[in-house]
Amino acid sequence: MRRALPALMLIAVCAACSPARAERLIVSVSNHRVTVTPNYSGEELVLFGSVEKDASTPAARNYDLVVTVAGPRTDMVTRRKERRFGIWINSDYRQFLQVPTYLALFANRPFDDIASADVERRQQLGLNNVLLTQRVGPDYADVVPNDAFRKAFVRLQSERGLYREDTSAVTFLTPTLFRTGIPLPAQVPIGTYDVEIKLFADGALVAKTESAFEIVKIGFEQFVANTALQNSFIYGLVTAALALMTGWMASIVFRKD
Amino acid sequence: MQIYLPIADLPVNIFLILAMGAAVGFVSGMFGIGGGFLMTPLLIFIGIGPAVAVASVASHIAASSFSGAITYWRRRAIDPALAAVLLTGGTVGTALGVSTFTYLRALGQLDLMIALSYVVLLTTVGAAMLWEGFRAILRTRRGVLPPRRTHNWVHALPLKMRFKRSKIYLSIVPVVIVGILIGFIGAIMGIGGGFILVPILIYLLRVPTSTVIGTSMVLTLVTMVFATVLHAVTNHLVDAVLALILMIGGVTGAQFGARAGQKIRGEQLRLLLGLLILSVGIRFAVELVLQPTELFTIRQSEAAQ
Repeated sequence: MRRALPALMLIAVCAACSPARAERLIVSVSNHRVTVTPNYSGEELVLFGSVEKDASTPAARNYDLVVTVAGPRTDMVTRRKERRFGIWINSDYRQFLQVPTYLALFANRPFDDIASADVERRQQLGLNNVLLTQRVGPDYADVVPNDAFRKAFVRLQSERGLYREDTSAVTFLTPTLFRTGIPLPAQVPIGTYDVEIKLFADGALVAKTESAFEIVKIGFEQFVANTALQNSFIYGLVTAALALMTGWMASIVFRKD
Repeated sequence: MQIYLPIADLPVNIFLILAMGAAVGFVSGMFGIGGGFLMTPLLIFIGIGPAVAVASVASHIAASSFSGAITYWRRRAIDPALAAVLLTGGTVGTALGVSTFTYLRALGQLDLMIALSYVVLLTTVGAAMLWEGFRAILRTRRGVLPPRRTHNWVHALPLKMRFKRSKIYLSIVPVVIVGILIGFIGAIMGIGGGFILVPILIYLLRVPTSTVIGTSMVLTLVTMVFATVLHAVTNHLVDAVLALILMIGGVTGAQFGARAGQKIRGEQLRLLLGLLILSVGIRFAVELVLQPTELFTIRQSEAAQ
């Protein structure tokens, strides 16, 4: 029964979208390969696109658009401090499995206005509805949006600029032409970013498309970071040698006699 | 000028780091210590993760103690035999310290342990130095000579060895134990341990003041070089860019500090150092007891890396 559920959902989703083949989404990102240099202080990608209609499309439809950008996935741990013996120490923790390191959700108006709560949950609209799988003991599950660990995780990621939600970021330039900015802070992790664009009309999903871009770090700093991971022994020796060199140079430069 | 630290994963101002290196270097040159106990907290304070701070400061201390050790070597103020015996303990202690560090990090309790060790060690050592400094100043005011103790229980231990340059005849057991202890806490706390080692060598092992600082610098140098390599291999936490900026600031500041230190009298110097150490310890204690503004922390888990 549990296995049949996703299959059923798939059928339900397809049933919802198949009669609405009328719209097609054409999108493009301003840059498919973002290179982050040492003095990178954050920039903004622009995603633009248009809704293509054909003869069967109802003429005057109001469209809503939701853009989801998800960075490379990894396991994260959230820890909570509690007062024990008069001092504050890490006690309880939750593991988040394969969660995006960067997550941005953009729309042209509040998610509640775009679709019903049920559709919002199914289409993962908004940070409250995005699936963030936790491991609680032996179980794997996403918990309710107001779970303390989930809330803290989303809040901390938002503070670092890595998780964001903006329901006024998507602007329709004409009824069918839209654009949105994707801000990328200085701490963006490297890797492939998936962009998912969903078009809604009258509270239902009518079209969907995907795009992607890549973030690569270049320069001396990235070389150092790679060496530290891949050739850690040589890296350690070089750092130690650097220390000895600096010390030796100083003793020569500042030699008093 | 902003520069990106590759391992700390953080953009910082290069001049701020240089200035911090120089300031700590000045203090370390003045008191003849490595200055790790000041540098690590400062780095944590500007937002660098405690683990990266501890690992990177090790190489900074190695640089400043090497330049110091060269100077002391030229003055023949290093006892090679004593340094060698201390080092056998020191390397074992450092290896133990780095593996404990790795274990605590996996448990998620590393930051707490770093803070706790700072509180315990710095408040006790700081208070003891302050007390000793006060007594010394009072003694000189009254014109009383310091009490001379010649032998203690340490001299009753077996495996005695003659350390020629220090002109002492001493059991190697306490020397090795002291080496292990300093290596261990150095690797965990990101300190050279000079400020603990020097009093132990003077008061417990009766090493003469002529060789004590130079010899302690050799131990600091070797344990910190060893710690740098071990931290790099096991935890990948050494930030070479950060370390290099700190070193350059540090060795420069140390030269000016050393000149300033010669103008201040010994007891006053110890009193000042005690005060400094104590205040850093108290600052850590306050942080542990007060409710933090942020109760939650997130980190990439080990399995994913």
